[in-house]
Amino acid sequence: MTTSTPTRAAVTEPDRRLPALGGFAPGALGIELRRVLRNRRTLAFTLIMPGVFFLIFGLPQGGQSLDNGRPVTAYIMISLAVYAAMVATTSVGGAVATERALGWSRQLRLTPLRPAAYVATKLITAMSLGLLAVVIEFLVGAVAGVRVPAYVWLLSGLAAWVGSLVFAAFGLFIGYLAPAENVMQIIGPVLAVLAMFGGLFVPVEVLPDVLQQVAKFTPVYGMGVLARAPLTGDGVSLAAVANLVVWALLFGVGAARLFRRDTARV
Amino acid sequence: MTSTHPAVELDGLTKSFGAVTAVDGLSLRVQPGEVVAFLGPNGAGKTTTIDMLLGLSRPDRGTVRVLGGTPDDAVARGRVAAVLQTGGLLKDLTVGETVRMTAHFYRHTRPAAEVLERAGITDIADRVVGRCSGGQQQRLRFALALLPDPDLMVLDEPTTGMDVEGRRDFWQALRRDARRGRTVIFATHYLDEADAYADRIVLVRQGRIVADGTTAEIKNLAAGRTVRATLPGADQAALAALPGVDAVEVRGDSVLVRTGDSDAIARHLLTRTAARDVEITSRNLEDAFLALTTAQTGA
Repeated sequence: MTTSTPTRAAVTEPDRRLPALGGFAPGALGIELRRVLRNRRTLAFTLIMPGVFFLIFGLPQGGQSLDNGRPVTAYIMISLAVYAAMVATTSVGGAVATERALGWSRQLRLTPLRPAAYVATKLITAMSLGLLAVVIEFLVGAVAGVRVPAYVWLLSGLAAWVGSLVFAAFGLFIGYLAPAENVMQIIGPVLAVLAMFGGLFVPVEVLPDVLQQVAKFTPVYGMGVLARAPLTGDGVSLAAVANLVVWALLFGVGAARLFRRDTARV
Repeated sequence: MTSTHPAVELDGLTKSFGAVTAVDGLSLRVQPGEVVAFLGPNGAGKTTTIDMLLGLSRPDRGTVRVLGGTPDDAVARGRVAAVLQTGGLLKDLTVGETVRMTAHFYRHTRPAAEVLERAGITDIADRVVGRCSGGQQQRLRFALALLPDPDLMVLDEPTTGMDVEGRRDFWQALRRDARRGRTVIFATHYLDEADAYADRIVLVRQGRIVADGTTAEIKNLAAGRTVRATLPGADQAALAALPGVDAVEVRGDSVLVRTGDSDAIARHLLTRTAARDVEITSRNLEDAFLALTTAQTGA
């Protein structure tokens, strides 16, 4: 130690090393999660509304069975779980738009937090809320009397949750597309239309022929088919897997490109 | 501090936006421990310079060194921190949460309670940011900047939009802190702030430094007087050529002559020209500021 100025002598020299993982920290993630769970609108649209939908549209189908004898209510419950998860992950990803509009992302550039660590935090937050949305929808279903084998709960839930990663990417894509404070008010209706084409509100099979063909190319279709496959026992078509992978890539690459544009220093 | 590097070295910084040259070959060196005011009117290039100083934007030409390294590295190591006009806050976090969340991004910070105390916002730690006044939000930004205990603190017009009391509280907090030997650079267009809080004033106009010195030196630049007269069709070049004239400005029918010899100029105007309504005023810091930062002929 060399001699410091008297005012500094009592103060130890700060640790100037770079943070690990680009500033990604569980503590910040925790505050982020609490923040999301405090947002009444998010809770209403992702955790409460899908459950209420089930009680309104699902329960009246009680007693009816699918071709393989499984309850129709389970079909509706799984579809709504997919819907809940996609709204949840989109809203967290889309919040990037709000944070850009507020100037928070600029404020973050004055800290060691690397943009990739910021996006990682958003993705984990999105997937956490997505998981919570699936679990709550399944709880509502279970309490309301839906009974299926354990592997269906597990695999369908897992598929709904993992599939919602597509919409976490979609949310980020929208978030980096335009800074807007209330982006979810714009995306909400879009998600509803996509959910309809994905067979989350009514089976795709009841749609007119032309729309059925169109539906196969929309981004919810693949995750819907995959999530219901354990229940229906229908094989997983290559088209459904391809749908999921292609949309995940499209939104992922799109978000990455916009993200790079946003963080480029001009 | 054992570092021998200057806190800031800007060399030939140039930055254009389309046809507008915001910063034009600006060079500046700031030594550790200095408190420097970056003073100039709106549009002088202060914010653009600060953005380049912090690595938020890249200069078209020229180099930036902060504490001997790149701005990005200085930011990532918490050696430089800033309070900017544009940095936003999350409205749905509390003041305390904002500080704790930001602290997580660093390897090591001062305790959250300490920076809240030093920024004077301990009492509103549980308040949601969206319900804080502009001045309180600005002190929160200051608290965030204090977290890494930076060697260099940069503030861009930190009191814009605050009332008189808010400005006073903010500067008191900053002054208490500056005694710790930190280097401070702040941009302002308030003369009194530069005068009261800086050891050194750097005057900028149109992206260039037009004066640089201690507050006293800058005030000395204002020595001399201004002779104002009504003189339609004044011959600006002829007046500027008179002995002892520093600058001539024509505003409509008025002519303003800055000079060290006001008697001679007044005599000339009254005897050799059709000038009337002659006024002679001595200049103060504000005049120096205006003289140096307003577009004019000559340099």
